[in-house]
Amino acid sequence: MSTRNRYEQELKAISDELIAMQRAVERAIDRAIEAFVTKDKTLAAGTAENDVEINRMERDIEQHCLKVLLMEHPVAGDFREITAALKMITDLERIGDQARDICEIVLQSGDGEYVKKPEHIPRMAKIVSGMVKDSVYSYVNRDLAVATSLDKHDDIVDNIFVEIKDEIVNIIRANKDNAEQAVYFLMIAKYLERIADHAVNIGEWVEYAITGSHH
Amino acid sequence: MTREDNTKNEKTQSDKKTNILSGLIKKKENSADVFKDGSVSVKNANLWYGDFQALKDVSLEIPDRKVTAFIGPSGCGKSTLLKCLNRMNDLIEGCRIEGRFEVGGTDIYKSADVNLLRKNVGMVFQKPNLFPMSIYDNICYGPRTHGIRKKSELDEIVERSLKEAAMWDEAKNRLSKSALGMSGGQQQRLCIARALAVRPKVLLLDEPTSALDPISTGKIEELTSELKKELTVIIVTHNMQQATRIADKTAFFLLGELIEYSDTEELFINPEDPRTERYITGKFG
Ligand SMILES: Nc1ncnc2c1ncn2[C@@H]1O[C@H](COP(=O)(O)OP(=O)(O)O)[C@@H](O)[C@H]1O
Ligand SMILES: [Mg+2]
Repeated sequence: MSTRNRYEQELKAISDELIAMQRAVERAIDRAIEAFVTKDKTLAAGTAENDVEINRMERDIEQHCLKVLLMEHPVAGDFREITAALKMITDLERIGDQARDICEIVLQSGDGEYVKKPEHIPRMAKIVSGMVKDSVYSYVNRDLAVATSLDKHDDIVDNIFVEIKDEIVNIIRANKDNAEQAVYFLMIAKYLERIADHAVNIGEWVEYAITGSHH
Repeated sequence: MTREDNTKNEKTQSDKKTNILSGLIKKKENSADVFKDGSVSVKNANLWYGDFQALKDVSLEIPDRKVTAFIGPSGCGKSTLLKCLNRMNDLIEGCRIEGRFEVGGTDIYKSADVNLLRKNVGMVFQKPNLFPMSIYDNICYGPRTHGIRKKSELDEIVERSLKEAAMWDEAKNRLSKSALGMSGGQQQRLCIARALAVRPKVLLLDEPTSALDPISTGKIEELTSELKKELTVIIVTHNMQQATRIADKTAFFLLGELIEYSDTEELFINPEDPRTERYITGKFG
């Protein structure tokens, strides 16, 4: 097999592994939010535990990338593709950590009913997990437009965060007994906001892989 | 200035030949005032072998005391350009050269004689081309043609050159033995030592490791990094990893044209021209 073909096969394999990692991370976010909304502590515990799986995926992909760098000596666009993958998995792994953090909040929170049915947070989570998906697929499809559009989605997420924060301030003002619950809401919203930032980072690495410029 | 005298009329091939001979006869030259350093400048170089144009409007500035690599597919003109830099193309029948070639700020086709030029611009080829003489005599060959006769002086040159070529330990006990008895890798480093004996400011290496095993290759790569403290190294290589390992700057040629020339890291990570990218990533053909 020619070096070129071998490289392309390896790159395809790495792309598949990235998609698998993205799916695992997406599932972790969805389950964390579901566990939060339904106050399902078993689901929260299971999802948090599953983070080790995401960590393992990061290490495997990292090993794979290092092997390709060592064996195939990629240069130019090929080199940037592999370095981008190496950086992206760090962000994906951090996203996994944040999903686990959300689960841990669910585990710490009391059993009583929510003062108000969570609406904004599930909406925010949907956008955020879509961003993560877009970021990884923009790598796989070499889609610069999608990669750079993540910034705009991030602005939407930031706005929702501000809305949530304002609402939480009002809840606390209305009744101080709800303060603890309100703080948990705020922390979860903050984790989601951080996940969106990681998706933007991934988009920037995709931009680097495609164009060679990174900011 | 005698140099000016014998370089006045250099229009025809036969004049050039006489010029080389007169250069060989001269005893001592002071090169310091001719080539101020090992920088190389090529401006609008065009070269034809008969009807075939092997270099097309090539311009590049090669910095002093750095390693510069020439890469590109076979036949793209890398060796041709290298040979222009010490006027090895002059004697080729039907070869026509245009453009300006400078070493250390001096136009080498106008104001320097060929012998003095070759003392300052040494060259090592793909296959070692040692003379069938002792190691000692091989290294003294250059200095002797430049008039050095004193034994103690020659001894010193031999020791220094072999040390600079990282060969001293291997060669010191067999200086009087035939150079051809050494291994291929040793012979190639001996060629480098021989080139260093006349203290050149520029060293041209044309695929110096393509016939060598990885260990000998590694030694020569290490050597180039040492040598650049003293002189400019220009190396033609087919080995991309070699270029990334040792070269500060890299020039990519295609069909006689210089396509891209930049810092090695830049060229290999973020090439500007899609043809460079296709070549270095192996997407050509
Ligand atoms: N002495 C010569 N006479 C005619 N053509 C030559 C001569 N030397 C080289 N060429 C041609 O010039 C082109 C460039 O050759 P060269 O500089 O040796 O390429 P490279 O070193 O990049 O492989 C090739 O097409 C080659 O065939
Ligand atoms: Mg050649």
